[in-house]
Amino acid sequence: MTNEVKGRFGRFGGQFVPETLMTALQELDEAYDQLNEDSSFQDELRYYLKNYVGRETPLYFAERLTKEFGGAKIYLKREDLNHTGAHKINNALGQALLAKRMGKKRIVAETGAGQHGVATATACALLDLECIVYMGAEDVKRQALNVFRMELLGTKVVAVDKGSATLKDAVNEALRHWVTNVDDTHYILGSAMGPHPFPTIVRDFQRIIGDETKAQILEAEQRLPDAVVACIGGGSNSIGMFYPFVEDKEVALYGVEAAGKGIETGKHAAAINGGQTGVLHGAYMHLLQDENGFVQEAHSISAGLDYPGVGPEHSYLHDIGRATYVSATDEEAIEGVKLLCRTEGILPALESAHAISYASKLAKTMTPDEIIVICLSGRGDKDVHTISEALGGDLA
Amino acid sequence: MSLLKDAILSVTSQGDKAFIPYIMAGDGGLEKLKPTILKLQQLGVTAIEVGIPFTDPVADGPTIERAGERALANGTTLRKVVETLNSFADEITVPLVAMTYLNPILAYGVESFSAEAKAAGIRGVIVPDMPLEEREIIHPTLSDAGIDLVQLVSLTSTPERMERLTKASEGFIYAVTVNGITGARSSFANELEEHFKKIQSYTDTPVLAGFGISTPDQVKNFGAFCSGVIVGSKIVDSLVNEDWTTIEELVAAAKTAVV
Ligand SMILES: Cc1ncc(COP(=O)(O)O)c(C=O)c1O
Repeated sequence: MTNEVKGRFGRFGGQFVPETLMTALQELDEAYDQLNEDSSFQDELRYYLKNYVGRETPLYFAERLTKEFGGAKIYLKREDLNHTGAHKINNALGQALLAKRMGKKRIVAETGAGQHGVATATACALLDLECIVYMGAEDVKRQALNVFRMELLGTKVVAVDKGSATLKDAVNEALRHWVTNVDDTHYILGSAMGPHPFPTIVRDFQRIIGDETKAQILEAEQRLPDAVVACIGGGSNSIGMFYPFVEDKEVALYGVEAAGKGIETGKHAAAINGGQTGVLHGAYMHLLQDENGFVQEAHSISAGLDYPGVGPEHSYLHDIGRATYVSATDEEAIEGVKLLCRTEGILPALESAHAISYASKLAKTMTPDEIIVICLSGRGDKDVHTISEALGGDLA
Repeated sequence: MSLLKDAILSVTSQGDKAFIPYIMAGDGGLEKLKPTILKLQQLGVTAIEVGIPFTDPVADGPTIERAGERALANGTTLRKVVETLNSFADEITVPLVAMTYLNPILAYGVESFSAEAKAAGIRGVIVPDMPLEEREIIHPTLSDAGIDLVQLVSLTSTPERMERLTKASEGFIYAVTVNGITGARSSFANELEEHFKKIQSYTDTPVLAGFGISTPDQVKNFGAFCSGVIVGSKIVDSLVNEDWTTIEELVAAAKTAVV
């Protein structure tokens, strides 16, 4: 197990939050520990995941993509087929049920691409919880479709125009909101980041991705894959995919960060490949920062990867060399989108396309009897304007 | 021995209340830091809390956040603030308390920060995003340099935490009087009085009230429960407007807090 000291992943993680939040974090920690052992909670979660979210998601053998890459055999874990179109619902639903059990009436969340916001708004509609979502003003513009979806679902979306007006600033505002309303409000953090116990809670709700993948690949191939590849924003789809494989040393784990316009240009979101360790949003982790410790803006064509930090468990897996962190640029991600559309008839989210792009390189270094599983974290409907713009179209 | 605690006790032993203004370093330019500090100490403040701007100030209310944004736009950094303070350290007669988020200290280097801050007159440090459980990351080094690490106690701290926090806090105990940073004060005066009594029962370190105190009446009301007050947003606003009358009235209220 990767967190031997509670709340720590090696030297990473922790609870770097204002004192006002400490009691709430402790309550959450205790409530979560209890529910984890409560079979009625687990049954309830399983019920909704199956009947509402549509799990399990297929592990699909991508035959034409395999031919196109010309190397390892490629499987896609189809998180894009979940209700609301991404893996984010696994966590949002789990935490909304948790909040309900804790007797909380209101939910606050942050969102970048809007996928976590939509997933949270959806879970709140389902479970009759009041919901408020903070979203960077830049992202509100980039992801207008998802803003509209959230509003239809009865959620109040608040645009944040402070700082860089993106995901990190939305997290700041959500934290502030939580500090002020901690009595009756639960914060559904959207990725495997933030103060303990969030990285653990989010990982546990996302590990279903890896657990299913493991069972499915054993059934299809009678063996484990040689590599799994997932994109890294805050790191939730990736840790969900990686975690059940961490002890299986023969499975190589690849996390793909967003290199934006190229790491050398400084305009990227690659916290591990292009940052230093530091503290933001409650955790010690890899972080984009300047020499004064000021947090720098992240840049990625995909709003969901546009975060200057990375979940602390990834920092740890990097530290001990268990997972390998690589990157893909905006341009490579766009190529990944086109490729998957053309070969398999699947429009991936721009986030997921980073994983496709890296897998295309990795596959070529492997043989046809080797296996790669790519986590297809979400579908790309939300990104058509951005993709069109990148391709010189005028849909936007 | 704590210079900060001594400074507060020397005020309260006279029957007055401690008054600590919060200023945002670099708001209006770093060149304003020296005249502001010299003028505040001339007015008879007990200590001065020097805020360091940060890109992600999750514990700040809107007034201080905006002041921080202005300071950042001026190029203010923790290092530059320490350098500036150092340039007139021999004229500083009150203890300075730096309020900074953790990451700038880590980027500075805990050792160099502690040594250089000490030389610049910084006697205490408040790190709003570092609870007691995480303080080992900087506490031993600050301790060696003789800089106090002040802990905050919030309205949501459980009695068990309250006891640990008050016993660990150095210089003074910073009692937060509102839930959250922008929220209205949620407890009534008599509940707050109980709250302060409880905090003070664990320790002989002075307890100061902060967050959301902005009028001479509030200075007096809080002064009745504890050893003194910290005033932030109102001071920051008054400095922007160069409204020294308001600041003088606030300082004066602490001097006559006890009837
Ligand atoms: C489809 C999709 N994939 C990936 C991510 C990145 O988040 P994480 O790294 O937490 O999986 C997002 C974030 O919004 C997303 O919407």
